[in-house]
Amino acid sequence: MSVTGEKLQPTLFERSSPGRGGGKIPHPPKDALDRLPDDARRATPPALPEMNEPDVVRHYVNLSQLNHAVDTGFYPLGSCTMKFNPKLNEWAARLPGFADLHPMAPDEVAQGTLQLLWELEAALAEISGMRAVTLQPAAGAQGELTGILMIRAYHRERGDTDRDEVLVPDSSHGTNPATASMAGFKTITIPSAADGGVDLDAFKAALGPRSAAVMITNPSTLGLFESRIGELLDAVHEAGALAYMDGANLNAILGRFRPGQAGFDVMHFNVHKTFSTPHGGGGPGAGPVGVGELLLPYLPTPRVLRLDDGTFRLERPDERPTSIGRLRSFVGNTGVLVRAYAYIRAHGGSGLREVSDDAVLAANYLKSRLAGTFDLPYDRPCKHEFVASGASLKAKTGVRTLDVAKRLIDHGFHPPTIYFPLIVEEGMLIEPTETESVETLDAFADALIEIAAEAERDPEMVTSAPHTAPVKRLDEATAARQPNLRWRPMAGAEMPCPD
Amino acid sequence: MPYGPHTPADRERMLSALGLDSVDDLFADIPVDLRASALDLPPPEPELELSARLREMASRNRTDLVSFLGAGVYRHWTPPAVDQLLLRGEWYTAYTPYQPEVSQGTLQSIYEYESLIAELVDMDVVSASHYDGAAATAEAALMTCRATRRDRVLVSRGVHPQYRQTLHTYMRNLELEEIPLVAEGEAAGTTDLDALARMLGEEDRPVAGVIAANPDFLGLLEPMSRIGELTHAAGALFVAVIEPVSLAVLTPPGAYGADIAAGEGQPLGIAPQYGGPYLGILASTDALVRQIPGRLVGMTTDLDGKRAFVMTLRAREQDIRRDKAASNICTNQALLALAASIYLATIGPHGLRDVAANGAARATELETGLAAIGVERVHPGPYLNEFAIRVADARTVHRRLIERGFLAGLVLADAEPDDPTLADGLLLATTELTTSGDIARFVAALQEVLSGRPPVGVETGAGAERAANPVGATR
Repeated sequence: MSVTGEKLQPTLFERSSPGRGGGKIPHPPKDALDRLPDDARRATPPALPEMNEPDVVRHYVNLSQLNHAVDTGFYPLGSCTMKFNPKLNEWAARLPGFADLHPMAPDEVAQGTLQLLWELEAALAEISGMRAVTLQPAAGAQGELTGILMIRAYHRERGDTDRDEVLVPDSSHGTNPATASMAGFKTITIPSAADGGVDLDAFKAALGPRSAAVMITNPSTLGLFESRIGELLDAVHEAGALAYMDGANLNAILGRFRPGQAGFDVMHFNVHKTFSTPHGGGGPGAGPVGVGELLLPYLPTPRVLRLDDGTFRLERPDERPTSIGRLRSFVGNTGVLVRAYAYIRAHGGSGLREVSDDAVLAANYLKSRLAGTFDLPYDRPCKHEFVASGASLKAKTGVRTLDVAKRLIDHGFHPPTIYFPLIVEEGMLIEPTETESVETLDAFADALIEIAAEAERDPEMVTSAPHTAPVKRLDEATAARQPNLRWRPMAGAEMPCPD
Repeated sequence: MPYGPHTPADRERMLSALGLDSVDDLFADIPVDLRASALDLPPPEPELELSARLREMASRNRTDLVSFLGAGVYRHWTPPAVDQLLLRGEWYTAYTPYQPEVSQGTLQSIYEYESLIAELVDMDVVSASHYDGAAATAEAALMTCRATRRDRVLVSRGVHPQYRQTLHTYMRNLELEEIPLVAEGEAAGTTDLDALARMLGEEDRPVAGVIAANPDFLGLLEPMSRIGELTHAAGALFVAVIEPVSLAVLTPPGAYGADIAAGEGQPLGIAPQYGGPYLGILASTDALVRQIPGRLVGMTTDLDGKRAFVMTLRAREQDIRRDKAASNICTNQALLALAASIYLATIGPHGLRDVAANGAARATELETGLAAIGVERVHPGPYLNEFAIRVADARTVHRRLIERGFLAGLVLADAEPDDPTLADGLLLATTELTTSGDIARFVAALQEVLSGRPPVGVETGAGAERAANPVGATR
């Protein structure tokens, strides 16, 4: 990687030189903008960088090489399912027929995509045991909001307006309580039981006439299947509340547990996790939502409909007045959904079950390799991920989980998710996924075992890690105290467009 | 399983290390009565067959039409460098830069994105991205409520109807009212300032924020400065809904006093792909930095004093603040923010200005051509590259033009069924991809349709050369 002085890479703005670039767009007629009123015209052109294409390409290629990614190495980031992203799916989403289709094109010119979306909805309904699926939400968190707004609509329609509480376990993703707040609910946090599962008695005590919903991640964020889920669902429904399943961990249970069949009323899918659409450095994702019979009337609009003659169309606005409405523009992150469709069809029903079998097997194998080196607070088979704790290591050596994570970087691995869920001291949430070989799992386990030994031998080496990364640990305090959130224009920026 | 590495021997080795006979033992904790029945899905499809089927499905979309459809999503020419760089696995197979030491590429690219958009909108703070223009606008509305501790928001009917529908969903527990448009005269189709002033002046009903778009949904330029003045006089915050390419030539929100800018970043090098993934742009003044939802990346140093980038002001976010967070957003649209940045860097400030000006020039040409066959605009006010026309029985005309190879924009009665002034309207957009030939053939075809003549011979306009688009080009 190229390092320029104190800067890893100059910014685009530092690479800019007035007069560079061009050759892309024909010049418009000189009077093109004359018909615009003066006060509508921009007085000072934006000080955007002026670069030639070779410099732009080098900039982004060199920057990219500062990243760790699934395509460069093992990425066991728990809760994120960083599995391999099949290249066929990238090709498919870029087919001009898919990529160039305008979202407001009439149904008659969009039949290929509409059929794909309809088939994907049906496949997700089958996988989840739900009655129907909307593909509209742009990410899991928006899926959560969709689900909770539907639950709200359900209670309101029944005149049940006192239900203003959403119950979540303390191991939940932060998105769950944040979603409840966005939808106008109060969050009631229920502590987990000693074995890491839901505390059934605590839930039962908290459930009542003010409970609107319970949000459960199953398997939980500790990677544990909630064996008491049947009883919990009964209690939820008895109290007149509905059960939301956070589908973030669906990769563990494909073909093994169908939430709708088990009694959940609504769930979201993270297709960028389970169905291997690329994480993109932080997105895009897509967060389809499946519902059971009770919430069917409230699905967002527009749904994709199949007509008797075998053609497809989008639901018209106002066609279904019970709908909660629209969460975003257009039908959804269709380009992401094309990839998810390809993934599901490449695997088929049997292949999806194998995905979960291998993901769970890999996690349990890796966990067994770490026994004796790190604390494993929950002594039972995990699902696709597990929590290890560095509490004993810290007590013995002073080396924290954060340090272990940073030292993993020197071994060429992306660290696991650390300090989440919040309920495990010095926790590391490790998710290997099904696309990593035994050799990789062994190498990762060996690295963690070596780091633990090093922590006793030479703790300073661990606490000052990483040593081989492009940068050392960062000064996050100054970043927050004196935020520098944008480049300020270079002095003497030239007026763009000399003609 | 197509992408898994495990041989039967590998699985055997792992199982024996666990002392198990079968992987089923690892699922014994699922209660028997809740175990899934076998999935009723088609069998695995080999890549060869799957790719052929996907190609066939894609080919059933009619992307060969000569299109004048915009309405919030615009086809532009994208330099192939954009997509080739996006296809580097280091970008698209990484995730949120939780570990900054091995994510400096993503972090610097987000900082640069924030800076590029800040230049375009002329504001201080830009979020790392939101889902799309509609969701970003909804988040902007919620920001105004949090910042002012008021709960009533006014949105102009000139804002895209799907954005307004999204606002209604997000603001279910708050108050959202629509500001009417001027019905006739010079200002027809733009926000009714008298109505706005009245709504702002209602006693005991303080307004948190006012939302208006420039250009508006009908393509018209709005009196943004005036809307901002009225808004601020009432102690409310002003949200401008923007289209980023237009900001190369139109007054940016920062210059007319907007507090928040929101909009759809799709025109910056992102393919239409039937609705997403797109790029929600969300920007604000420094004063609102702690209210802005989503990730922010800032510049800092590492322990050696080396310049570096990191996610910052994280106390706004859901994984830290849980139910007190500014929003529930987690996964955003990072890869699309990267696409927009590469697009802007490649095309440069002159290129962006030329894109905007070419679109405007083609629109003038289209207006002139249509006027020559007696088709007039619905509204007299200034526009950039999109305007509404009125033709009798617009829906039928639109369908007939598809038969002739043209997508004649948007049938406005479908998008705005409640507005009688738009009953016979078609909304037409041009960009730098529109050619003079496209315009001439479209005008001729429209004239044919309006005069009731049948189409001549084979389809006009949609020649074979249009079907063969390079990957990444967005026609």
